[in-house]
Amino acid sequence: MYPGYDMAPPDPRETRELRMEIEEFHAEYCWTLDCGDVERWPEYFTEDAVYRITARENADAGLPVGLVYADSRAMIRDRAFALKHTQMYAPRTLQHLVTNVRVLQVKGDAIKAQSNYLLLQTLVDGPTTIQQSGRYYDTFVRVGGRLLLRERQCIYDTVLIANDLVLPV
Amino acid sequence: MFSVNTVIHQPGSFAKEQLDESFDYKWPEGGLQYIPDWIYTSPAIYQREIKRIFHGPAWNFVALEAEIPNPGDYKRSYVGPTPVVVARDTDGSVHVFENRCAHRGAEFCRSQRGNTKEFVCPYHQWSYDLKGNLQGVPFKRGLKGEGGGMPKDFKNEEHGLLKLNVATLHGVVFASFSRELEPLDQYLGPEILKDFEVVFKDRKLKILGYYRNELPGNWKLYHENLKDPYHATLLHSFLVTFGLMVAGSKNGMIADATGRHGTLASAKPDNVAAAVGAVKSEMRSYREDFKLADGRFLEYVREFDSPWSVTMQTIWPNLIVQRELNTLGIRHIVPNGPHSQIMLWTMFGYETDDEEMTRHRLRQGNLMGPSGFLGLEDNEAIKFVQEGLRRSPSEKGVVKLGGDRVGSTNSVIDEAAIRGMYAYYRKQMGL
Repeated sequence: MYPGYDMAPPDPRETRELRMEIEEFHAEYCWTLDCGDVERWPEYFTEDAVYRITARENADAGLPVGLVYADSRAMIRDRAFALKHTQMYAPRTLQHLVTNVRVLQVKGDAIKAQSNYLLLQTLVDGPTTIQQSGRYYDTFVRVGGRLLLRERQCIYDTVLIANDLVLPV
Repeated sequence: MFSVNTVIHQPGSFAKEQLDESFDYKWPEGGLQYIPDWIYTSPAIYQREIKRIFHGPAWNFVALEAEIPNPGDYKRSYVGPTPVVVARDTDGSVHVFENRCAHRGAEFCRSQRGNTKEFVCPYHQWSYDLKGNLQGVPFKRGLKGEGGGMPKDFKNEEHGLLKLNVATLHGVVFASFSRELEPLDQYLGPEILKDFEVVFKDRKLKILGYYRNELPGNWKLYHENLKDPYHATLLHSFLVTFGLMVAGSKNGMIADATGRHGTLASAKPDNVAAAVGAVKSEMRSYREDFKLADGRFLEYVREFDSPWSVTMQTIWPNLIVQRELNTLGIRHIVPNGPHSQIMLWTMFGYETDDEEMTRHRLRQGNLMGPSGFLGLEDNEAIKFVQEGLRRSPSEKGVVKLGGDRVGSTNSVIDEAAIRGMYAYYRKQMGL
């Protein structure tokens, strides 16, 4: 549960088509990150988007800190540029898996949904590990027929991060 | 599956990890200009560190008072690798005791934080007050007619939790297994106290949240990293490109008289372009084409009466105090064997911050932590060092920048503070 996303959801049969559209969004979003095209990652957000990754411990206590904290698409773009061009980290491959999509609310132009995510990471000389297990709390808006994220809260259960979280979820 | 196990070889696979007390731990020739690899890889050295340093005469960080503001508040914490509980009693005093039931040893406190009237071990329900005194033992006198129970001479006061020595300074709580050590302010020393007070004195902290990560490197590497201004001006593209810390600008590496603590300090130059331009040819991580799309992130609100815009304090043996522009926090180092450390981050602002200042701190928090632009690079570099130390047959590292000098320096192209720390370490460890 996350504040603002704890409403009683509509009957899932009524939002089936929307859920499919959100699943398609996740598939494209994940592919962009998994194929290493992090500079296209900001394109999934609105100009005024809020993006935060934080531990469940913080979310449950109402603490605002983010492992990653952005309150504009420009900040997301700066992170994407840094990850692509200036940050020092070991090479790695990623797989983002997103499941259990639930449409929580459709109100005006805003759609609220939640999903579970799993981030698998493989370094050049090690086994594939679960880097992070968490849940997205998303607010989408439709811009030019396309869904964009106005808010994405990534709340992770994996309390002890394995060294660092370099690429976004 | 944590990162330490993602290395191909399991711990114990390399000769340098098999050394025991019978190995001749002789520091290499050349004084402090060389560091032997075995201080980072040997289980016997690690055990000696726990005994002589973390459980020895050192003040270990355990909590911020702002985390436990009310009577009955508590948090789980660590002294070295040892789990402890930090609790505030009804009279307001702060107590630290082992998180180990005095009866059969269960680690009884399972929540990170909370509020309670007493601690009850779930196994046999022995109960303790907020000072760690044994209060109740079920069936202490046995059953009527069947006997049993504790011997007549059993005294509760002889079976409380193991209590630690506690000292608090400006809202920061430290503890020690030792009863014989200097008062906390003397332990820090005047050189360190000065910048510590800039962050904490007469300030009410507002906790913003926590990060936790496992860093697959020896705990001393983290101290070295922050006593090593040389790396800061080379590794971190954000410091270099945006002039947050540039070689040739006003910087300082301040050590206390013993060499164990340090403050890496830097003043953001007024003319960033000129400062960076003068030295950029030496710095591969400088990026001319990197311009921030959202410049709010690196704004500096001058909120402190200090010449420094950055102070990173290493307080021996387990605390880092971070003041990087307006992002504030502490890092609590929990050693986890020779090849690993757990790092517990608490990020904070001040009670007096308005909403915009809090958001500014949160935005700037992207510099630090396990996903921070500086933080993740440090974690990667330290992991690389530990892997190199463990897996190679070579035997020592080189710390020759600045020659034999130890302690404080104005130059960032110097390793004097690392040498100073090891001069102290060798005395403590008998090496």
